[in-house]
This record gives sequence, C-alpha cells and structure tokens, in this order.
Amino acid sequence: MNLYFEGKRITGLLTIIPSHEQSFIEDMKEFNFPEARSRKLMQVMGYDKHRLVASQDTCVSDLVVHGLSYLFENDLLEPDSFDALILVTQTPDYQMPPTSNVIQGRLQLKQDLICLDINQGCAGYIVGLTQAFLLLEQTNINKVLLVNADILSRSTSTKDRNSYPLIGDAASITVVESDPAAAPVHANIKMDGVRHEALIIPAGGMKLPRSEKTAILQEDAEGNLRAQDHLRMDGSAVFNFVQAEVPSMISALMDFSGASVNEIDWYLFHQPNRFMLQKLAEKMRIPPEKMPMNVVGQYGNSSGVTIPITVTSNLKEQLLRNQFHVCLAGFGVGLTWGSMLMKLGNMQFCEMIDY
Amino acid sequence: MTRLSEVLQGIRPECNFTQSVNFMEDGLLDSFDLIMLVSELDSKFQISIDGIDIVPENFQNIDSIKELLARYDVQL
Repeated sequence: MNLYFEGKRITGLLTIIPSHEQSFIEDMKEFNFPEARSRKLMQVMGYDKHRLVASQDTCVSDLVVHGLSYLFENDLLEPDSFDALILVTQTPDYQMPPTSNVIQGRLQLKQDLICLDINQGCAGYIVGLTQAFLLLEQTNINKVLLVNADILSRSTSTKDRNSYPLIGDAASITVVESDPAAAPVHANIKMDGVRHEALIIPAGGMKLPRSEKTAILQEDAEGNLRAQDHLRMDGSAVFNFVQAEVPSMISALMDFSGASVNEIDWYLFHQPNRFMLQKLAEKMRIPPEKMPMNVVGQYGNSSGVTIPITVTSNLKEQLLRNQFHVCLAGFGVGLTWGSMLMKLGNMQFCEMIDY
Repeated sequence: MTRLSEVLQGIRPECNFTQSVNFMEDGLLDSFDLIMLVSELDSKFQISIDGIDIVPENFQNIDSIKELLARYDVQL
C-alpha cells in the first residue's frame, strides 16, 4: 500500500543501548558446531559484538524511562509537550496493560496523552512512523513520540546459532512533529500473514501458554538447541523473503515518489546481517558507501531499532546542521516489509546513550 | 580436484560431496554453509549470485551448482 504525507518530519532522535557487550567469540562456546565453521560464519555474516541487557530483570520500560529521563533532564524534550506515545515492541513488560501506559505512569506524564502499543519488529520503525504521521493529521496532535524497543535476548536460546549471535537489545525515541515546511514523505508497507511462522516465539501467548514443557530445549536438524519459549527463525525462508520482496518494494517506492536511486543520499536499512545487506545493495545497484552495514556487527540486530541506531551511529552530528534525502527500509516478522523516502536532518538532537 | 570441489571442500573438508545427490538432506551443508558457499563462489568466480537464486534447490548437488554457475557464464 502506498502512503503519502505532508507537513511532518522527524525533529529528534535518541537511541539507548545496553552497556553490556558480548562477543561472537564468547557466544561460539555455547554452539554445537566446530569452531572453524563458526569463525567462517562470523566473517561472512559480519557478526562481531552485540549489546545485551546485563540483567534478566531489565524490561523495555526500563530502557525507555532511562531515555526519556535523559531527554527531560537535558532540556531536549518537555514532559508535557507531546500528545501521543507510540511504543513498538515484541517484548512488552506485561501481556496487559500496554507498556506505553506503564511508561506514562512511571514518568507521571499527563493524562491527555494517547498511549499505543504496536506489536511489530524489524519493520517496526516504518510502521511506527506511519502511525505517528497518521496521528499528526489530527489538529490537536502536534508532537508524537515514537518509541521502538526490544529485549529479545531474554527470549532467545544462547545455544541457537541461527538467532543468538545476531540479537541485540536496544530502544529508540523519535520525536515526530507537524511542520508546514517539511518535505513530502512517501512510503509503502506490505504484509503477508501466511508466512507468519517464519519468525515466531511459539509459546507465551494464549495459543500456547508457557509451561515446563515449553521450556524444554530441543535440537533442530542443524544442531541448534531452543525451546518453544524461544525465538525461532527460519533463516532460509527469511533470507529468501527479503531478497524477493525488498528490491521490488524499493523500486515501487521510487516509481511512486518520482525519485531515482542515484539521488538518494543514504539508504538506511534494517540490519539483520552484513551478507543480506550486501546482496540487497548489489541487486539494487546501490553503492555500498550509501548503505551503512556496520550496526549489526557493533550492536547486534535490535529489530525495529536498527534503523535509528544506523542513524545515530553514522550520521548524528551531520543531521544537526544538514538535511539528507534518505530511504528507510524495514523487513521481518509478520511477515512485514515497508520503506519510506523522506528528508532527514536539521534535527534538534540526534544522540546515542548507554543504559 | 575441480575448482568447484575445492570450494566445497574448503567449507566442509571432512565431507565427500561427489557421493551425494542432495547435500542438505545428507547433512553435508546447512543453511549457514549455503551462505558461506555463495560467498566463496562469488569470490572465486568473480560473480555476484543474485539473492533470489540463493535457495536450496540451486545447491542440491554438484550438477545443480554447475547449472547455476552456467547462468552466470561460469563454465567448469
């Protein structure tokens, strides 16, 4: 579905990264594979380090409250200045109530605030921005906080070479505001629930509540050990989905907006692994220097937060005084894939902090 | 040893690829080995295998890999 927005832009971005760092070399000890094969995998996929919460008690709301408190204390954001708080997460604090309400309560934010939780992952930045732009169509809503946050390490088996080495925990806070002078935004989003089992945590919902049985580790055909409580990713299916859908999505977005591949300054894509991104860049003839691929190896794949981290880790100072024509793209759980063309820059803040 | 065999042996030195008609089913290659194989083939033959060609059917055995490479003008 093609979407078009006017008079809205991103004015601030903060990413929050756990300070605890783990290396693929350490992870390897847990895997049921020869070390030499794991080392080859490390080179090709770009795995190196990833950031994970240090405590099994840390929740999404902890990362977000830390980030919002930083913004409030440093006068980068007024607590009463925003009218909606959208949280995109797959790892809420509770099944109910919404974690966005929990964040509102912990920070004693005003009651005249729309709090929304959205269950989305790797395409969650595009889905969340779309929702923020839609809310800004209301005349009473002038500023929206889009919060993307996930702590998937707590739901991933350390003995699963398919998933664990790429997982990263993180959060981001994006301020989206009405601005009559803002350049138009073009977007498209597609979803395919037929393939929903390609990325799934089978247990923990009402379909299959967690139990002793769902916590039992089972070995798959490739030697990975995981339980039904854990993230299960069909790596081949996801890879093929991305290679089949993303290039045509970007091509359709260019046609819709009238832009050409060459006039885009930056391609800020979700980062599942370096190999997948290299193949996408080759297919779409995007110069690799326009598509940062360094996030997954430094911080891990933090689902909907990889695009914000790509911004804050590669462009943060440039975005305070410049403006770029950027193409964002996210793809993953659902399955969901979305992309967006916009002008990004002249921001009031663009920072990364540790938790 | 052919150039293709060299690449395969480099990924799994302990395996005999000539005896298998289905590397995946016979446990010679897993999904990550496939990624490594593509990376090695790209490098060795100076090609870029399209992402949509990276499916198990194209890497079932030596003949299917040869057919794939032929589509990229690599003759073995």
